[in-house]
Amino acid sequence: MMAPFTAAMSGRGAVLLTLLFAALLAAPWIVNDYLLTVLIIILYFAYAGQAWNIMMGFAGQLSLGHAIYLGLGGYVAAMLFTLYGVAPWLGLLAAIPVAAACGAVIGFLAFRFRVAGVYFAILTIAFAEFARIGFDNWNFVNASSGLFLPVRQYAHDDLWRLRGDPTMFYYVILCATAVVFLLCHFLLKSRIGYFWLAIREDEQAARATGIDTFRYKMIAVMISAAVTSFAGVFYAFFYNNLFPEQVFSIVRSIEIILGPIIGGVGTLFGPILGAFVLTGLAEALNSAMTAFGVDLPGAKQVFYGICLLIVIVALPEGVWPPLARLLGVKWSGR
Amino acid sequence: MTALLSLEAVGKRFRGLVAVDQVSFAVPQGAIFAVIGPNGAGKTTLFNMIAGAMAPDAGAIVFAGERLDGLPADTICRRGIARTFQIVRPFPALSVEDNVIVGALLHRRDVGAARAQAHELLRRLDLFDQRHRIASTLTLPDRKRLEVARALATGPRLLLLDEVMAGLRPTETDRMVAILQALNRDGLTILLIEHVMRAVMALASRVLVLDHGVAIAEGAPEAIVRDPAVVQSYLGAEAV
Repeated sequence: MMAPFTAAMSGRGAVLLTLLFAALLAAPWIVNDYLLTVLIIILYFAYAGQAWNIMMGFAGQLSLGHAIYLGLGGYVAAMLFTLYGVAPWLGLLAAIPVAAACGAVIGFLAFRFRVAGVYFAILTIAFAEFARIGFDNWNFVNASSGLFLPVRQYAHDDLWRLRGDPTMFYYVILCATAVVFLLCHFLLKSRIGYFWLAIREDEQAARATGIDTFRYKMIAVMISAAVTSFAGVFYAFFYNNLFPEQVFSIVRSIEIILGPIIGGVGTLFGPILGAFVLTGLAEALNSAMTAFGVDLPGAKQVFYGICLLIVIVALPEGVWPPLARLLGVKWSGR
Repeated sequence: MTALLSLEAVGKRFRGLVAVDQVSFAVPQGAIFAVIGPNGAGKTTLFNMIAGAMAPDAGAIVFAGERLDGLPADTICRRGIARTFQIVRPFPALSVEDNVIVGALLHRRDVGAARAQAHELLRRLDLFDQRHRIASTLTLPDRKRLEVARALATGPRLLLLDEVMAGLRPTETDRMVAILQALNRDGLTILLIEHVMRAVMALASRVLVLDHGVAIAEGAPEAIVRDPAVVQSYLGAEAV
């Protein structure tokens, strides 16, 4: 009796997901350039939020310094491209191990010396700040003057070099978001996913159950860092410039984690839904302010903050879990 | 009978306080061995040292012929000693089934096989019908049995139970006793810390009494309850 019921629930989730993906695939033919750019930003946040969620939502390790992996990914690929003409997809092959190695160093220091919880979060901020200051003074990458990617008008999109119009970028980030969604889905259903959830829930009990918590936390940090590095590559090639002050800023780290927190930490749909809600809200506020002729500096930020506060107070587990119950969809990914 | 687990002059002190002092005993293969004693006697400290949650300051702990004092908790679990906690700690946000699957995955890679084993254990511990519930919503007796199921899923040779009967009503205690007896008949060696004498008398083949960190008596349960030193320090007049 129970088994068909469960299958029906996850079946409904699959239908919902297929519809969403189809709508997103068709979007460039439907929406205007402005909305397409908004969608690109939404998907970028969905992707990066999903990457962060691996570490916090699955393995329970709070990182407030994910900008370091973003910045390293962006800098490695942009540097290789501007200085040596290496295509970003090859640059990504270099960015991934660099980001993963950086994650391994932070993870090793923290987990080896039992820096946990809030102190771990502070350590991640500290590393992102080291990187910001370091890159700000590193002349090889133009220090604080930043890196600029050559912007030229191309006759047609050059996917290999990631030079082209927004539609191309849109499909790139859509594919990446789909791939990382599937990756997270399989990770969560695998042995490693079970061990991560156990560590997140109760690390001491996880150890007593035989789990080498050091090892599995290291794997979580390294995968999360590696996945985040692509968001950095995308960021660099989409915006065509990189400044240490911006890409390594704590603001980047915070905006990455807002999506999963609003959407639902540890869920597969949370980061996607959260990105839609947050970016949608910000853009809607923009339009509303313009429509009503409100021109108070900072008013948008205040409204944005109030809306976030309401969501967090009203829906402490995020928007997705209650919505999933409403839709009758199994939300944990299992 | 050969000893599966033996402790030789194991000691632990917390600053000035001697929590466990030169305790030695041996748990034979296939036995149900109980450690009793008043609060603060050092029972849980003793357990934590065997399970690897803390390292002893002195002595040796030998399991299946190998020293394991000072090894980390996860290594000890992989060697074949599983434990429950005095204050139950199942993985709260996970379902009952997923809690046990985590344990079953220790010696398996395939989630499907782990789920099958988890179902088998949940049936044994009368939790199968509740397998989709979230662990934190279970009643205390159910959470206690869930912890036992999760521990068993790791495939232990020795099961450490830290006051698994505490807080249970007499009928639930009897149910737990029956479950543990069945597991023991299938070859599982059990070491338990227990306050509920009803359960100790029903289960244990051998009892060790700790008082202020010192082993004051060891023997069959019937003999222990008549031991004058034990009666004075722990059981009190009412038990006689």
